[in-house]
Amino acid sequence: MSNLIIAGKEFRSRLIVGTSRYPDPHTMMQALEASGTDFITVSIRRLNLKSADGQESIMNMIDRKKYSILPNTAGCFTAKEAVLTAQLAREALETNWVKLEVIGDDETLFPDVTELLKAAEQLLADGFIVLPYCNDDPITCRKLADMGCAAVMPLGAPIGSGMGIRNPYNIQIIRDLIDIPVIVDAGVGTASDAALAMELGVDGILMNTAIAGAEHPVKMATAMKLAIEAGRLAFEAGRIPKRLYAKASSPVEGMINS
Amino acid sequence: MRAMNNTIIIGGGIIGLATGWQLAKKGINVEILERNTAGRSASWAAAGMLAPQAEMGFEDIELFYLCRKSLDMYPRFVEELYNDSGIKVELEITGCILPGFDRDDAERLRRLYDFREKIGMPVVWLTGSEAREIEPFLSPRCTGAIWIDDDAQINNRLMLDALKKAFVKCGGKLYEDHEVEKINISGGKVTGLTVHEKHITADNIIIAGGAWSKQIPGIPENLLPPVRPVKGQIINLRLNDSCRVTKVVRAPDVYLLPKSDGRLILGASVEEMGFDVNPTAGEIFRLLERGWEAVPSIYDLPIESIDVGLRPGSRDHMPIIGSSEVDGLFFATGHYRNGILLTPITAFELSNWIATGDPSEALKGFDISRFYKETV
Repeated sequence: MSNLIIAGKEFRSRLIVGTSRYPDPHTMMQALEASGTDFITVSIRRLNLKSADGQESIMNMIDRKKYSILPNTAGCFTAKEAVLTAQLAREALETNWVKLEVIGDDETLFPDVTELLKAAEQLLADGFIVLPYCNDDPITCRKLADMGCAAVMPLGAPIGSGMGIRNPYNIQIIRDLIDIPVIVDAGVGTASDAALAMELGVDGILMNTAIAGAEHPVKMATAMKLAIEAGRLAFEAGRIPKRLYAKASSPVEGMINS
Repeated sequence: MRAMNNTIIIGGGIIGLATGWQLAKKGINVEILERNTAGRSASWAAAGMLAPQAEMGFEDIELFYLCRKSLDMYPRFVEELYNDSGIKVELEITGCILPGFDRDDAERLRRLYDFREKIGMPVVWLTGSEAREIEPFLSPRCTGAIWIDDDAQINNRLMLDALKKAFVKCGGKLYEDHEVEKINISGGKVTGLTVHEKHITADNIIIAGGAWSKQIPGIPENLLPPVRPVKGQIINLRLNDSCRVTKVVRAPDVYLLPKSDGRLILGASVEEMGFDVNPTAGEIFRLLERGWEAVPSIYDLPIESIDVGLRPGSRDHMPIIGSSEVDGLFFATGHYRNGILLTPITAFELSNWIATGDPSEALKGFDISRFYKETV
């Protein structure tokens, strides 16, 4: 199985995992381990970034040699807020990577596309490696790619909804249309959703609630790891065409007639 | 039985006060050192809900049984407290409604209901109308609810007053504005501590510093309690005739808790913000918005105050109670959201443990060694 490469950086896993909403930090750490991920996203506005060494905090629990950190701008409603939040993250966490999230509405958590494009433009000019969370709209995705984003992260379904990949055709068009990594971000509910997305040829999946909100998060993290590997392998292996009628798996040609 | 002449408790929150009181009752010399004012942090900001069932998560069964046992000890605890303090703290069985307002809520509640039913807990499913018969101030948009009739509550602020009084009456000494500079350990045994540049000898030290427990200097590296502050904001409204809620309402993202002192508490945020204790616009807005959606008549209630507390959250959100590999060093911290609920079992069991030297059966598995298995 080939590895995921974003902006020249190679990752062991094709699964990016969020760090919110776990029952407790111990379960979070175990779930991250079980998921096999080496790339995790943290909400800048929901975490204390200034905890001193030795002080107990979520950030201090994360082994940064083991996990690359992708700060995200969850909770930002304007381009201005998102840019400031990304800059704060760059200073506190010493990384210029950012998962850019500009939310348009509290009920649906859908992205505000015009604000997103504006923020992406400013952050790219400021030297950030930008991974924008966006709609499953091929045109928006192409614009973001053309601007210089390192990957695009279209949603499969609304954040935290667990509804799966609602528009696989759009995801497939996005995959075909652009040549940077496509990461499905949000919407996965269970393992088959993740496998399905990977079979469409996307490069990776970012998820949080599907694992953190499961009755048994560590088990679900393992399930997701396996589903993503299975889906990717199936995509690389090349599936058989679908047929309406049966085709015997033991060939009848050349059989010796008695 | 070992001769115990001096036990020092670091931290004058509800856990420190209650454990100190129980130790003093047994004739042990107890001093409580509080860095600030006793009972004014998490113990004060807490709402005083005693709701093991409503709070339980899918992997919390062990913790649930501990909470349940502690709740069963409450009648004895408040009776003893009345005898020693003259203050009557009532255990109130209020009952608790978990309402849903749309299809997504219903799905979420059904999952909680099925889980509780599966493990054999008393739990009732209500239609929207039935829920509003039990609590008529509930929003007409309520489509269904879970009803838990044995969830209880207590006036934790009154209990803090009573505990302080009982502790002192039983011979304990409480020192406020006493921040410990260093715990002294020698030869694998507690020898005492330094406070205000003075050395005090002690046979036992109990770390009951809540969210600050990890910050106390002198705790050996391999025994540092992995406890962090988890910020919680609550709003105290004053009930009046426009809104007379009588049941605990646990709506999505907010609870509304009517207290016998006439407050209606809206709580609580759960934030990873270090030691910051500033109330914030967003969280207060959210509590009011969600609270209003569940019980619209809170609209005209006066806002009395806003409290912010720091819950001591351990790494697995279970309490850290018991002895350690350092002789005489005990822990009673990390109670997270269950501090008030777990006060009786912590105080009774730990005081007995220290007085007799016999480890508590009920607290088995909750000691600090679970975080440092490799070094034990």
